[in-house]
Amino acid sequence: MTNRILAKRELAPQITLLEVEAPRIQKRWKAGQFIIIRPLAGSERIPLTIVDSSAERQSITMVIQAIGKTTKEAVAMEPGQALCDLVGPLGEPATINTGQEVVCMAGGVGVAELLPVAKAFHEAGSRVTALCGARSDSYRILDEELMGVADVLQWATDDGTYGFAGNVVQLLLSIAGPGTFTEGHVIGPIPMMKAAAEATRGWGLKLHASVNPVMIDGTGMCGGCRVTVGEEVKFACVDGPEFDAHLVDFDELTRRNRAYREMEQEALKHDCHIGLG
Amino acid sequence: MAAQPPKYKPNPKAPRQALPLLNAEVRSRTPEEVALGFTPEQVSVEAQRCLQCAKPTCVDACPLHIDIKRFIARLADNDWQGAHDVISEQSPFPGVCGRVCQHELFCEDSCIVAKKWDPVAIGSLERFAADHARLRMKELAGSYPQPTGKKVALVGSGPASLIAAYDLVRLNYQVTVFEALHKLGGVLAYGIPNFRLPREILHEEIARLQNMGVEFVVDFIVGKTATLEELFEEGYEAIFIGTGAGLPYMMGIPGENLVGVYTANEFLTRINLMEAFKFPDSPTPVRVGKHSVIVGGGNSAMDAARWAKRFGSETTILYRRGRAELKARLEEVEHAEEEGVHFEFLSAPVALYGDENGYVREMECIRMELGEPDDSGRRSPVPVKGSEYRIPVDTVVAAIGQAPNPTLQKVTPQLITKRGKIVIDDHGQTSMPLVYAGGDVVRGGSTVILAMKDGRAAAKAMHEALSVEKPEEVEA
Repeated sequence: MTNRILAKRELAPQITLLEVEAPRIQKRWKAGQFIIIRPLAGSERIPLTIVDSSAERQSITMVIQAIGKTTKEAVAMEPGQALCDLVGPLGEPATINTGQEVVCMAGGVGVAELLPVAKAFHEAGSRVTALCGARSDSYRILDEELMGVADVLQWATDDGTYGFAGNVVQLLLSIAGPGTFTEGHVIGPIPMMKAAAEATRGWGLKLHASVNPVMIDGTGMCGGCRVTVGEEVKFACVDGPEFDAHLVDFDELTRRNRAYREMEQEALKHDCHIGLG
Repeated sequence: MAAQPPKYKPNPKAPRQALPLLNAEVRSRTPEEVALGFTPEQVSVEAQRCLQCAKPTCVDACPLHIDIKRFIARLADNDWQGAHDVISEQSPFPGVCGRVCQHELFCEDSCIVAKKWDPVAIGSLERFAADHARLRMKELAGSYPQPTGKKVALVGSGPASLIAAYDLVRLNYQVTVFEALHKLGGVLAYGIPNFRLPREILHEEIARLQNMGVEFVVDFIVGKTATLEELFEEGYEAIFIGTGAGLPYMMGIPGENLVGVYTANEFLTRINLMEAFKFPDSPTPVRVGKHSVIVGGGNSAMDAARWAKRFGSETTILYRRGRAELKARLEEVEHAEEEGVHFEFLSAPVALYGDENGYVREMECIRMELGEPDDSGRRSPVPVKGSEYRIPVDTVVAAIGQAPNPTLQKVTPQLITKRGKIVIDDHGQTSMPLVYAGGDVVRGGSTVILAMKDGRAAAKAMHEALSVEKPEEVEA
C-alpha cells in the first residue's frame, strides 16, 4: 500500500525517521530532491528532503524534526498507518560532480538531508569531507550511515560534548582555507548556510546550498517559495531547492520563513486548547 | 429533427429575472455563496422568455453545444429533472458551469431575445437545473457499466480533463485522471473561491464521473512521479495534457519578495485549496492585513480582492487601465463593488517598501493614461511622468496573469512549445503521437469553458485515433 509507514525510529530527541512505502518515488528520486506530505487529511502540506530509499522494500526514508503542528502529527504516526498524502519526487537533483574535493556541511536535521548528497558525491568518485553539527552529543544523527559514504567525517557540537566544540562553520575554518575544497554542499538552518557562504567567499569553492522556504504546492504554481539568487528571483520548488550559496539572499529567506511564525504559534496553542478540551 | 412548437407562449417582454444575491454587507464577511439561485417562480418566467427559435444560435454559441433550447423548454414545462437530463447529454457539470461559465460571452451573447430585450438568463437557468438535480445524483451512483475499453490517461484534473473524462468514459474507455495536488478540480479547486463555487457542487459533479468509472489519482505529477513514456509503457494508449496555467507572472518591481506580497495563485491557493479562511481550524494561514492592494483587472484579481474583503481588510484593486478595459466578468466587478472593494484605475505599482522585519508597508504607484491600442486591441497604459504617489499597504496580491506550468514540458523535450504553451494541431494533438493537449497549457490564461471546449475536442480526436484499426503486423 502506497504511503504506508514501514518503520519509525527516533534518531535524537524530536528527530524521527520514517520509512514509507512509495514505489514510484523510490524508482525515480535522486539526491537533493524532496517530497511533500500531508500526514492527515487536515494537515498542512510540508516539504521534506528524501534521505534514502530501498528498492527491495519499495520505500523511501524521510527524517522529520517535530517542531510545528504538522511535523508533530507526522511523527505521532505509527508503522502500519499511511500518510494521507505523499507526492514527489520534487525539485531538481543536487549537482553532483565527479573527481572533486568536496565538503558537505550540515547542521541539525540537515545532517539527514546531507546523507544522500554525500553518498552521491562518493559514488561519483569525489572525495567527501562531511562536517556535521549538532547541539550536543545526544543530538547527533546518522553517524554510522555517514561514515559509510564520507572519506572524512567530523562532528561539531555546540556544547563540546563530542568532537569539535563550536559550530560547523568554525569547524570548517579550523581545518580548511582557500583551495582546500573545489565543491561543496551545505544544508541546514539558514544562519549556518549564510555563515558557510560568507566564510568561503573567495575560496574558489563552488558551494551549493539546499534551501527550504515556505512552500505550498511544490510544482511552481504559487510562487510562495521564491528566493532571490543574485539578480534573479527563483522558485525553490522547481528551480531549486539547490542554489549557488554565494548568491542566495539568506536575509530575505530568513524574513520570508518567519512570515507565519506568530500565526503558527497561535495554531499550536489553539490545538492545545482543543486537546485539553 | 422537425422543429416542435413550444408548449408555452413565449413572453420575451417579461423582465429578465435578477439572480437573487446574498446581501452585500452580509456576504462581505462570509465564504458563503454570493448568488442564491432562481426561485421556481423566476424559473418559470425566465424560461418562458425563451423564443424556442427554429435555429437556436445559443446552442451553436455554447462551446459544449448544450441543447439550451430543449432544456429551457423542459424548465418552462416544470420538468426540472428533464432539463438536467438534457444538459447531461453534453455536460456533467451544470452546477459548475451554471456558476462560472461566461454565459454573457457565449450563449447569452447570441440570444435572439437580446436584439430587443435583455437576453434570456441561460446561465442562471442552467444552474437551477443543476441545483435541483443534485439530490438525485446519488441515485445515479453505480448505475453505469464499468468501462472495459482501452486505457487513456488525462493529466491534470481541471475543466479540460474533466470534460474529456466524461466523453471518453461514455465511449467505454478506461480513464485515469492524474492530479498533482491532493484535491481534485484543478483551477476550480485552487483558483475559484468558495463564494463563487461551493465545494460540495464541485465534489458532487466530479463524483458523477467517479460513479461512471473514471479513476482519479491524486498526488501524482506527470513528469515527476512518472513520465509520459512510462505511462505509455503502463498501457495507456493515448494521453491528454490539461495541466493548466500554473506559473504566475511576477510584477518585477523592487520589494516584490517582502512578506505580505503574494501572487494571486498563492493567495487563492492558501484560501481556496488550503482553507486559510478557517485558520487556525485549518492548518495553513494567510496574511491579510488592514490594507490590501490587489494588482490586476482580471477574474483572479476580483477573486483575491473579494477574499481580502472577507478577511476584513480595506481592499483596493489597482489597475493600470480604466474600468472599461477590465478583463474580469462584469458580474464579478459589480459584486466586488457592491461588497465595498475600492477600484483605483489608471495606476500601476512601481515599488514596494517594507519595515525592518521585511513586512510590506507601502506601495509606490504611478498614474497612467491610455495611449494607442496594443496587440490586444485595448488602449495601452502610459505612465504619467512625475505622478508617483504612495499608499499604505500590508497585503499585496499580484494578479497579473500566468503562463503554462512547465513541469511536464521540462522533462519532455519532444513536446514542442511556443512561449511556454504546448503547440497542438487542428485535432488537439501535440508534436508527440497520441499525446493531446488543451486548456490553459495551450492557451495561456483563458477560461474554464474554453478549456472544456478543448477537452471535448481532444477526447473526440483521441477516440478517432484509437478507433482506427491497426494493420496486422506482417510476420517476418
